[in-house]
Amino acid sequence: MSDTVKLTYQVSHEDFTRAGEASSDVKRHLKKMGFSPEVVRKVAIAMYEGEINMVIHAKGGTIDVEISPDDILMVLKDVGPGIPDIEKAMQAGYSTAPDNVRALGFGAGMGLPNMKQYSDEMEIDTKLGVGTTVTMKVYQG
Amino acid sequence: MAEKAEINSKFFTSVHLDQDLCKGCINCIKRCPTQAIRVRNHKAVITKEFCIDCGECIRICPHHAKLPTYDKLSVLQNYEYTVALPAPSLYGQFNNLDDVNIVLTALKNIGFDDVYEVSGAAEIASELSRTYIKEHPEKYPIISSACPSVVRLIRVRFPNLLEHLLPINPPVELAAQAARQRAMEKTGLPAEKIGVIFLSPCPSKVTAMKSPLGMEKSSIDAVCAIKDVYVELLPKMKEVEEPEELAISGKIGVGWGASGGEAGGLINDNYLAADGIENVIRVLEDLEDQKFSSNLEFIELNACSGGCVGGVLTVENPYVAKVKLKHLRKYMAVAGTHLGEAVMPSEPMWTQDVEYEPVFRLGNDRRESIAKMARVEELCEKFPGLDCGSCGAPTCKALAEDIVRGEAREHDCIHILKEYIHRLSGEMSRLDD
Repeated sequence: MSDTVKLTYQVSHEDFTRAGEASSDVKRHLKKMGFSPEVVRKVAIAMYEGEINMVIHAKGGTIDVEISPDDILMVLKDVGPGIPDIEKAMQAGYSTAPDNVRALGFGAGMGLPNMKQYSDEMEIDTKLGVGTTVTMKVYQG
Repeated sequence: MAEKAEINSKFFTSVHLDQDLCKGCINCIKRCPTQAIRVRNHKAVITKEFCIDCGECIRICPHHAKLPTYDKLSVLQNYEYTVALPAPSLYGQFNNLDDVNIVLTALKNIGFDDVYEVSGAAEIASELSRTYIKEHPEKYPIISSACPSVVRLIRVRFPNLLEHLLPINPPVELAAQAARQRAMEKTGLPAEKIGVIFLSPCPSKVTAMKSPLGMEKSSIDAVCAIKDVYVELLPKMKEVEEPEELAISGKIGVGWGASGGEAGGLINDNYLAADGIENVIRVLEDLEDQKFSSNLEFIELNACSGGCVGGVLTVENPYVAKVKLKHLRKYMAVAGTHLGEAVMPSEPMWTQDVEYEPVFRLGNDRRESIAKMARVEELCEKFPGLDCGSCGAPTCKALAEDIVRGEAREHDCIHILKEYIHRLSGEMSRLDD
């Protein structure tokens, strides 16, 4: 019997109508696997923010989720422009989202800060012009 | 057995099946928003724990095999004194109605001893809600708890949102409490001799009466269908010459009959009102992901499209009924019933918390559930992913989950069965050679 569940999602670029599909699906899975509501909430928010980031800034990408009894690992990989200044990007309210995206109510500069806040571990691996990989972990406390 | 009894009391459902009419088609399994229905042995079967009583299967069934449970009007004979509690949506059923008192007087003429408008109690609920919302900014957005299907949906699927539910009993309960009190004072009869009967737009109120959430026991004795009362009322309404002054509500109360009415009664613009079960689910999903701005104070949700006027026990098209309510409200006072006047509901606030029921969990503990989910994913790889419903489950994934729960077999998938038979016949012909 396997004790991990692996899920993979493709995120497409600038498709706001589909943004949130992956996090909703993960949420449904977690509830069926008996994770506590608090864990479900943390994963849902962290992952949704990551998904939106990929839609806005990157040219889409892939999200791999690995669910095991003790933790949930999320790897969000894109082939976008990369993050020039991670420290700035981590500041609440700092945003490089274009006006058309802000007009939709996105791009308030809370993406990475929220991802950091709602995950228990977060690592960013980014290279300008190549892409960004964000790895997040949420523990079943 | 004990476990079964508990499920029966905790997860009552007001939908039942007419076995003879059910053809075993896949309409209801596809429509059900919580995937509570399966076709087994050519008949639809509802998993009670999953059902939220939204009525979608009743609406969609082309053979009218899915039936709502409610009381017939003959229930009046069980009581010495009866009080009708008309839902505000009732008023939206009639053409050219300009005085609610005509409906209320006609209700007395069809056999009720008295009437108590649910819309009157709704105005009390609005007042209480205004205060509660003002005093609890930490719970924003506060979610309406008036629609029993919405509360049931949150209970099984959105545990993170339970704390946002408005802990005020729905208007019909407040009306029932006040109506019984008034009837006892008026007649001197003991509580049990008085029948407090709700005229309801939807069967989920039957569930709310039999297995209430937020309170120990409902004050309603029976739930009759608006569509049954409608037939009786029409001729009697024509006979009403001098309507009695029975109405106790105004614009706010009657507004509750359609989507946006409850929120409108808050006299506050920071709200959102969604109706139709799919839209409700979307709002709840988004709310869980914190997609809404923090200045949203209240969320009104109705499982039926159009709000209560869209209930399956109504007669009129919900959108037409909504317009009729709007016309009717035009010349009404803002509110007719206020806190502290006349007879008040004895127990307006919830006395019990609503707790999360993780009914969709695959196993008994997390480790087992994860192993089962891994197996589900494996099975899904095997299935064609057509979600054709031929196996009796709404999607391939639902079939996979049924299999790991031990309720179905791989060969229930006709595509897998076909391949299997194909292989078998190949082997047999080889044996022949």
